Amino acid sequence: MNLLTSAIGQGMLYGITGIGLFLSFRILRFPDMTIEGSFPVGAAVCVTCITNGMSPFLATLLAFVAGGLAGLATGVLYTKGKIPVLLAGILVMTAAYSVNLRIMGKSNVSLLNTKTLFANKFVDSLPPYFNSVIIGLIVVIITFVVLNYFLQTNLGQAFIATGDNEAMSKSQGIKTDTMKIIGLVVSNGFVGLSGGLVAQNDGYADVNMGLGVIVIGLAAVVIGEVVYGNLTMGQRLIAVIFGSIIYRIVILFVLQLGFNTNDLKLISAIVLAICLMLPALRDKFQIQKVIEKGVKPNDPSHAATK
Amino acid sequence: MTQAMLQLNDVTVTVTNGGQSLNILNHINLNVNPGDFITILGTNGAGKSTLFNVISGNLTPTAGQILLDGKDITKFSEEKRARYISRVFQDPKLGTAPRMTVGENMLLAEKRGQRRTLGLRHLRQKKPQLLKELGLFDNGLADRFDTPTGDLSGGQRQALSLMMAISAKPELLLLDEHTAALDPKTSNQLMAFTHQIISERNLTCLMITHHLDDALKYGNRLIVLNDGAIEGDYDTAAKAALSKDDMLQFFDSAIA
Repeated sequence: MNLLTSAIGQGMLYGITGIGLFLSFRILRFPDMTIEGSFPVGAAVCVTCITNGMSPFLATLLAFVAGGLAGLATGVLYTKGKIPVLLAGILVMTAAYSVNLRIMGKSNVSLLNTKTLFANKFVDSLPPYFNSVIIGLIVVIITFVVLNYFLQTNLGQAFIATGDNEAMSKSQGIKTDTMKIIGLVVSNGFVGLSGGLVAQNDGYADVNMGLGVIVIGLAAVVIGEVVYGNLTMGQRLIAVIFGSIIYRIVILFVLQLGFNTNDLKLISAIVLAICLMLPALRDKFQIQKVIEKGVKPNDPSHAATK
Repeated sequence: MTQAMLQLNDVTVTVTNGGQSLNILNHINLNVNPGDFITILGTNGAGKSTLFNVISGNLTPTAGQILLDGKDITKFSEEKRARYISRVFQDPKLGTAPRMTVGENMLLAEKRGQRRTLGLRHLRQKKPQLLKELGLFDNGLADRFDTPTGDLSGGQRQALSLMMAISAKPELLLLDEHTAALDPKTSNQLMAFTHQIISERNLTCLMITHHLDDALKYGNRLIVLNDGAIEGDYDTAAKAALSKDDMLQFFDSAIA
């Protein structure tokens, strides 16, 4: 039970990374590698600020800002420097490693005996492992409300249109370069926030903690899509969080089978690979139709679009 | 003499290909008057699309000057010009955002060239107004308000693209063979609607077409492009005197 609670909590904390990835990979359709840098940047900034006596709340906000700056760097390299976005992300990700060592002063900083969002009077009164669930839930709700609002504003719609059809967006007078930069900043901001939260929950920041984060985030997005199918924008954000939780539970289950934590990255990659192949398998066996029939109410307008 | 709405002065676009430079637009001089509906004919490679790219800001001319309402816009970006100029592309895929619904696309177009802020888009409040607009052309677009445009037919998408191009009144409307990808019946319907809306709203329009019939039937002026230069410029009277055979003869000689 404790393990499951912990998995749900972690699922939500990493789910924020999934949300960030959703903005870049799905809306802008950018394979943005910056994420592997902005995640540990958020963690490093957050942990360093806390160990230097800053309030955990403020430190967590700074994790968002730090991640956003990493995204800004990628965005500028891509739009102004004309470097392909994949490469720009790899450059920033690589540079972030050194920056993180500078920020933390060493490769691993512990949060032992400090106040964090997950260790204070209020959450200590909760049953074990419920701290990550409660904090995770609060952050997820705030993230959802803010993003769902943003995506329905005129600016947010211009952002979506940029990822959808750039030529058309330009001809509508949308500054597509600005939209891409905003997207990368916000996306990596959420990844940085997620990094800061995970570090506080784990009780330390490590310079290598970004490794494989892209797989975890993408797994959340893809599992959410595979399980829930066609959704509105707001529902898709929630599906990412559920995807992240499902992913954690799958990993938990696999570890219970007797694999050890050293195998985790391999298992993560295999889980994601399977999820990515699922749509192809699904088309082959027409599982989609069966599932949709079972889930959707009889809606002729929906059927007509298929 | 009224001031020209759009003025091209000696506009030239040069491309270098394997050491050879080629003028794909060759010293174009053109004055478009307010309310003009000009049809543009030309063989493939005559420079029609390049002309539109230069006017819309997609391409910066190698030399020459572009004036809109007397203002020099040669250095303006495409995004900046969008405030004054709207365009419908030949390819139905290019004109709309496929994952966004018909209504969402219309809202995007309503703000063409304006600042996009953090204000809510108010899709629900604006729906009746947008439906009214979409209902002007009877091809079922209004019934598919909440459908992603990727699921529409080519004809519906092009009609939507046209609606989007005119929903915020442009000073200049560019139609780049906007009916070419459609079947003859749909193409004729959309062309008739285009004509109707242009005259009703008194729009200034340039229209590229490959349909000789359309080029002769619609508009008050006809321009023929060949090898990057304006070969013929026919006003209303001269245009009325032209026959389809004249045009066919021209195309034959241009290709030969």
